[in-house]
Amino acid sequence: MIVETLETPRRGRFGDPQIEMAHGAGGKATRRLVEGLIAPLFANPALAELGDAAVFPLAGARIATTADGYVVKPLRFPGGSIGELAVNGTINDLAVSGARPVALMASLILEAGLAGAALEAEIEAMAAAASRAGVPIVGGDTKVVEHGFADGMYVTTFGVGIVDERALLGPDRIRAGDQVLLTGPIGDHGITILLARGELDLEADLESDTRSVLGFAAALIDTAGAGVRWMRDPTRGGVATALNELVRGSRLGVAIFEERIPLRDEVRGACEILGLDPLHIANEGQLLAVISPQNAGAALAALRALPGGERATCIGEIRERPAGMLVALNAYGGSRAVDVLVGDPLPRIC
Amino acid sequence: MELDAEQPMLAKVDVAGVRRQINIGLLDDRCVGPGDWVLIHVGFAMSKIEEVQAQDQLRMLRALGEDQLAIEEVRGYSFAAEERAP
Amino acid sequence: MKYVDEFRDPELILNVSREIERAADPARRYRIMEVCGGHTHAIYRYGLKDLLPPNVELIHGPGCPVCVLPMGRVDDGLAIAAQPNAIVTAFGDMMRVPGTKGTFLEYRARGYDVRMVYSPLDALRIAQAEPDKHVCFFAIGFETTAPSTALTLLRARDLGLDNFSVFCNHVTIVPAIRAILDSPDMRLDGFVGPGHVSTVTGCRPYEFVAREYGKPVVISGFEPLDLLESILRILRQLARGEAIVENQYRRIVAWDGNLPALRAMAETFELRPYFEWRGLGFISQSALKIAPPFARWDSEVRFEVPGVRVTDPKAAQCGEVLKGVLKPPQCKLFGKECNPEHPIGALMVSSEGACAAYYRYAQAPDAVTA
Repeated sequence: MIVETLETPRRGRFGDPQIEMAHGAGGKATRRLVEGLIAPLFANPALAELGDAAVFPLAGARIATTADGYVVKPLRFPGGSIGELAVNGTINDLAVSGARPVALMASLILEAGLAGAALEAEIEAMAAAASRAGVPIVGGDTKVVEHGFADGMYVTTFGVGIVDERALLGPDRIRAGDQVLLTGPIGDHGITILLARGELDLEADLESDTRSVLGFAAALIDTAGAGVRWMRDPTRGGVATALNELVRGSRLGVAIFEERIPLRDEVRGACEILGLDPLHIANEGQLLAVISPQNAGAALAALRALPGGERATCIGEIRERPAGMLVALNAYGGSRAVDVLVGDPLPRIC
Repeated sequence: MELDAEQPMLAKVDVAGVRRQINIGLLDDRCVGPGDWVLIHVGFAMSKIEEVQAQDQLRMLRALGEDQLAIEEVRGYSFAAEERAP
Repeated sequence: MKYVDEFRDPELILNVSREIERAADPARRYRIMEVCGGHTHAIYRYGLKDLLPPNVELIHGPGCPVCVLPMGRVDDGLAIAAQPNAIVTAFGDMMRVPGTKGTFLEYRARGYDVRMVYSPLDALRIAQAEPDKHVCFFAIGFETTAPSTALTLLRARDLGLDNFSVFCNHVTIVPAIRAILDSPDMRLDGFVGPGHVSTVTGCRPYEFVAREYGKPVVISGFEPLDLLESILRILRQLARGEAIVENQYRRIVAWDGNLPALRAMAETFELRPYFEWRGLGFISQSALKIAPPFARWDSEVRFEVPGVRVTDPKAAQCGEVLKGVLKPPQCKLFGKECNPEHPIGALMVSSEGACAAYYRYAQAPDAVTA
């Protein structure tokens, strides 16, 4: 009874009187904004999928295109910076759509007063990230706003790619028994940013996990082809939000095993201290994939064979019950439902 | 846990590699020192964790059920004895 | 992680779970209340209900300080935030609690200076860093948190800081427990006693529950093993027809409590003659007010606040859920008008509130086992 009540999608109009930080957090408020306001007004088939990238047919191929804004504060943090996030993030959105990225563009909104050296460092970071992934940045735009706005800089990147012919991805493709794979430890990025803000009296040896997951995505398609049902890079809202979105409104659900989820001690410690759930914390260099059971073994081996994929694990599976939700099972038979992120415990993470 | 000599009310603690500074004003500072574990709440150490009590408790919990198993084993013997009685 | 992992050992947990099954009389129904919000959260977080036999029921008590805070007090805090040159600081879970005029988070979005802090000392630091502003710390919590506020007040006095004050909403747990025991609809067999509050108060304050009302009390830790062991001890007491206070959280709680904390509280606070608890009504001698020698750091002295009493919407059944009479999904608004995104009652806002915990964790009552 409870399950049905909660699953009734409230696709009403977006009626919120003002924009709050929660609308950008990637959880329920964001969903309300996108589904209640933006999607209905822009209405078109490519948008309706609401995937990480929009896919549409062109000249006999499937083209994927995506856009992402980056407003992370602070601009530089252990393991990366805004520029690197912006490039990797857009490449990742294309990668999880089964696409080979072809080109990127970048729009920069700069605050008057930003140090020239800081901007230079970001441009260098973007160039390096693009070069590592083998994707050129072919153009963009630059604007400057008055001092006091843009917190140093905002970056929006746009990417376009060609979807691999073998890729057949989508939430509707999952089946009971499919396995859920994860490339590595979660929570590194979000917690690193939180500590880098210096508002808490916490220190730890942690860095953001920002990187391109193109290699992983390509390896999965090479190994399993159409056995790869769905992929996602779990950014804002974390693994919990990504998996909830996968099965929302579906007749299938996801069960994950808590003790299988790779987690660094420092992230675990910080989450215990702050009362946060690592499943809700943003990642910038991980890949979640749902793979058919026949291909799962080979797929996992393929991930582990790649540099940076050593901790890839199978964390769970698709099940028939409970439908439409994510459940986490612990080592002693206890279970708990894990909902989409509500509110925004860690604002301006990416 | 490390004590900071300059600010006697502060100490540095480490949880799984995450370090933070906390106020130890609520602890009787004669009885906490480096290597101790403490309970922290909103930036203050509230209590020291007593290793002896913790180990005691775990030992008790491990032994739980052993009494019961022993009793069942004994019952098992007597049942078998009854069965064999003509 | 030391002192955490050992108390989450799956084998030991299954051990205790089996013992609980053996100790529970199948002909009896057991209703055990856990008073503390942290325990409510832990029970759901670790799926402990899956490990208990069906005739052992856990009832969630009123130990969530955010949940019992009346909306009128939130409005008072918002009124302070709206004052020129005021900075209001509060803990994370206070930020989204609704008053009638909005929440602290909404006020921040509107441009008022509202900041989240992790410790009252952070608020003090802000006051030192911004001498032209007045920093108000919106203090909530039971006896666990009150000593931290007390030490902060003492420090403010030692620093001679003038631009800092505390809006004090600290409440004490014992009167709430008594109110529940005196309630006519109460049918409880035993109590899982508060863990962190007892670190400060010690175990003596709960002796009246055993002595006057004949109900067992076991002070419990927060790990799965702690809670299960405490439930087992309650069942064993009931089987023996006994009612005493036991300290399961021995590794942290001392029978006499934390003397420096109690002394600091005695110096900086006094008891209010009465205070309103959301859902429970007025309870006498149940809340703390800043003592006269520290009036300079009392927000209620430094600011004019509306002090209006706001009643809950009639449809919201927070009071009955708080007393353990109703389970969260039995409230008519649960999951519909009242949910974590749009909480009508505070039990849905705080992550320790019975309704929020149920909504987040227990939506799948027939979830499959591993």
